[in-house]
Amino acid sequence: MTQLVVRFLLGGTIVSLFALLGDVLRPKGFAGLFAAAPSVALTTLTLTTFAQGAAWAAIEARSMIAGEVAFACYAVGCVYFLGVRHLRATPTSLVMLTLWGAVALGLYWAVLR
Amino acid sequence: MIIKLNLGALKQTQWHEYAVRFLLGGLITAVTGWLAERFGPVFGGLFLAFPAIFPASATLLDKHERERKRKAGIPFTVRGRLAAALEARGAVMGSMGAMVFAFVLVKLLGQVSAWLSLVLATAAWLAISVGLWYVRKHHPWARPSDC
Repeated sequence: MTQLVVRFLLGGTIVSLFALLGDVLRPKGFAGLFAAAPSVALTTLTLTTFAQGAAWAAIEARSMIAGEVAFACYAVGCVYFLGVRHLRATPTSLVMLTLWGAVALGLYWAVLR
Repeated sequence: MIIKLNLGALKQTQWHEYAVRFLLGGLITAVTGWLAERFGPVFGGLFLAFPAIFPASATLLDKHERERKRKAGIPFTVRGRLAAALEARGAVMGSMGAMVFAFVLVKLLGQVSAWLSLVLATAAWLAISVGLWYVRKHHPWARPSDC
């Protein structure tokens, strides 16, 4: 339970810091780099390395590569639906999470499992 | 084009919007840890790349742009959506950098100290992401609006 609370507080802080950087940086295309910053990964892998060891963290990092392929598909989908179709940002960015899930789980079943 | 800090953007964001991002970030980090413990590191590792920041950032960009235009007497604008699309394009490059971040960790964790692995992986993410953005910006086919 304590570990979950530490993860929550540390994760919230690091994700917020990267989001803040994205808010103040211009141009927006450059700021977008920080929308894909490995903020959750930094927190999780730091805690995991010291709690469960480097081997466990390395396995998580290998799966993260597949997760990032899914993230790239998610972001390309957002570029299309926001920039070309001009759909609203909130529903688009939330509905596209299903694409992230489909690609990530597809790669999990096909490659990682 | 020079990279700038626009601190005025901080005033546009309200405290509850910061709170939502803190909650989302904390929640996904805690859930990722729980998933790795419950289902193993192979499955849990996927969620290290969950788009935790983007939906909130895109929503804020769109909202702030619509508010600005409404105050200027323009009831409908797609500028916020275009700005969010531009941020998504940056996120594509950022995700490629994050793939390299993970690859560096796979290779270095267990070989060198954990701290050095994390620092080198973060440096690799920043270098690859910024490098891709720079190449994209200076590509002969790039338009000024593509930055």
